[in-house]
Amino acid sequence: MSEYAIEFNNVWKKFRRGERFDSLRDLIPAMTKRIFSPNSSRPELEKNEFWALKDVSFKVKKGEVLGIIGPNGAGKSTILKAISRIIKPDKGEIITRGRVSALIEVGAGFHPDLTGRENIYLNGAILGMTRKEIDEKFDQIVEFAGLREFIDTPIKRYSSGMQARLGFAVAAHMDPDILLVDEVLSVGDAVFRAKCLNKMKSLIEGNVTVVFVSHNMELIRNLTQKCLLLDVGEVVFYGNTADAIKQYMQVIQRGRTKIKVDEKLYTHYGRIVGLTIYNKKGEKTNQVNCFDPVTIVVDFEIYKEVPSIAIGISFSLPYGVWLANCNTVRDNIYFRPKIGRNKIALKIDSFNLSPGDYDISIRLMVPEWDIALDNHHCCYKILVLGESHSAHVVQLKHDWFCYTS
Amino acid sequence: MDKNMFLEIWEYRELLYTLAWRDIKIRYKQSVMGFLWAIFVPMMIVLSGIIIRKAFSILSGKPMTLVDLASVMVKSLPWSFFVNALRFSSNSLIGNQNLVAKIYFPREILPLSAILASLFDFFVAAITLAIILAVAGISVSIYLLWVPYIFLVLLCLVTAFGLLFSCANLFFRDVKYIIEVLLTFGIFFTPVFYEVEMFGDKGKFLLLNPIAVVLESLKDVVVLHKPPDLFWLGYASLFAIISLVISWKIFHEAEFKFAESV
Repeated sequence: MSEYAIEFNNVWKKFRRGERFDSLRDLIPAMTKRIFSPNSSRPELEKNEFWALKDVSFKVKKGEVLGIIGPNGAGKSTILKAISRIIKPDKGEIITRGRVSALIEVGAGFHPDLTGRENIYLNGAILGMTRKEIDEKFDQIVEFAGLREFIDTPIKRYSSGMQARLGFAVAAHMDPDILLVDEVLSVGDAVFRAKCLNKMKSLIEGNVTVVFVSHNMELIRNLTQKCLLLDVGEVVFYGNTADAIKQYMQVIQRGRTKIKVDEKLYTHYGRIVGLTIYNKKGEKTNQVNCFDPVTIVVDFEIYKEVPSIAIGISFSLPYGVWLANCNTVRDNIYFRPKIGRNKIALKIDSFNLSPGDYDISIRLMVPEWDIALDNHHCCYKILVLGESHSAHVVQLKHDWFCYTS
Repeated sequence: MDKNMFLEIWEYRELLYTLAWRDIKIRYKQSVMGFLWAIFVPMMIVLSGIIIRKAFSILSGKPMTLVDLASVMVKSLPWSFFVNALRFSSNSLIGNQNLVAKIYFPREILPLSAILASLFDFFVAAITLAIILAVAGISVSIYLLWVPYIFLVLLCLVTAFGLLFSCANLFFRDVKYIIEVLLTFGIFFTPVFYEVEMFGDKGKFLLLNPIAVVLESLKDVVVLHKPPDLFWLGYASLFAIISLVISWKIFHEAEFKFAESV
């Protein structure tokens, strides 16, 4: 037996953009075109097609934990689907050794009219467990999901959180050789998330090969030793996690994945050019230590005269929880810019967010006119370095004093 | 077609049973009549058959016999199974898109489990029919031993069409309408309510339809106590085997495209 659980050898996969022919009326012209076109040997890429994976190669040893990171649309989920054989590559080969189970979509195949108990059996069978296996683990699953008293209730009466818990519980209780995890650790409340994380960790210690996709760098750092960094279908980096995360930050910072915000913007008055982060030594970086002073400089350009300018800088968790906001209006700062390039710096004495990665959003406004000129929503990242000791986001700078009476 | 494919389906047999069990369970959950539905639908077909036969007998002046009645019943039931299983299996991939897109298992499981679930309905109705026939005084004969074989041919045909239509349905949504039309009007082209003999020599053309052969053969062995027409049964068997192999092959080839096209 080989020491590798998963091998990807020069894997290529193409996808179609837009509609494919969904009715016969569209197919027949396409078919005739294909028959009469001289090079029926299929060109590399047809119109509307693109490579979702470009020449991807990597190997995962048995018992290893591999993280896959990259911006949206990089091909992370495609890799997981290819490993689990849902899709077949156009070129190249994929070898997997052992039973593969995927925590891709927990609760896929649940039927709302069936009870929790019936759904455990149904979902278990879909994931490839035998009836005997499910019988043995039934109590553990129910215990894990914490749904003992609702187990004979149809799951259409469950809340979405309860359904997700049940789904994760079933998926986590099969004994795979290869476990694929796609961003599922964000289900349920904080208590359940911690439970999931522990379960994941115990699976990892149990000599299971794990492939783990996440946007949460903190989890990636905690759970994986090696990482595959992808961008638009290509492997950018494959190696140890710390280096992969550094590279990931650069990929993200390039702003390739700007999120469009539905808001009327008056960019003809001015726009945001960019943002730079300086650490306590004054070096340009996006990685800072917890409690270190941080300076964030926003670079913007003004095209037409405006009475004054206001800037808001917000910090948020990658999955959308707003943490903090610094706003010049609230702080009574009215800056009168001149036409051309301007800079505003925000100095934070002690950056007290826990180790992890955070999104930064900037808004450029004219308070007198009550309009926004430009909005860069979650376009920038800041990474707080350090060992994470807890799931808490904010670190309070503190001292202890002990007294005896 | 490779051996591994069947091996893999065998490995996933529990999923096959579980999905069939799910379909049966869902169908009868929250319905007042429950299992009576399995009998109700075929009985409606039987009733409409009896009315049509009564009209025939009034027109021709011949009285309607018990054999006529029994033959309508014996043919309606497998027809109703055919229609149900085909309708159900051809929707099985579309109806389980989330599974197809998210989780790996041999895709054949979905149409096969749909057929299995319809088979359950059929057995419920078949037991009822057997009781009715016994009460009505239709005797048994050695020819009843043909029934399992003839039914197997029907099963192969259903599976062949089910596999083919389910994957065609996934790629082209028009297939749904074609199937609906076929299933609605198929009963007029198939000798369910009438007999092939009524057409004399031209009846042979009706037997080109393999389902017609199956229904006629069932009538021969159950009601008329005579062996089936071996030539036509051979034709239907061959038809069933070849179409099953072809459609399974098509299904298997297309399988890898499923997740991308749902």
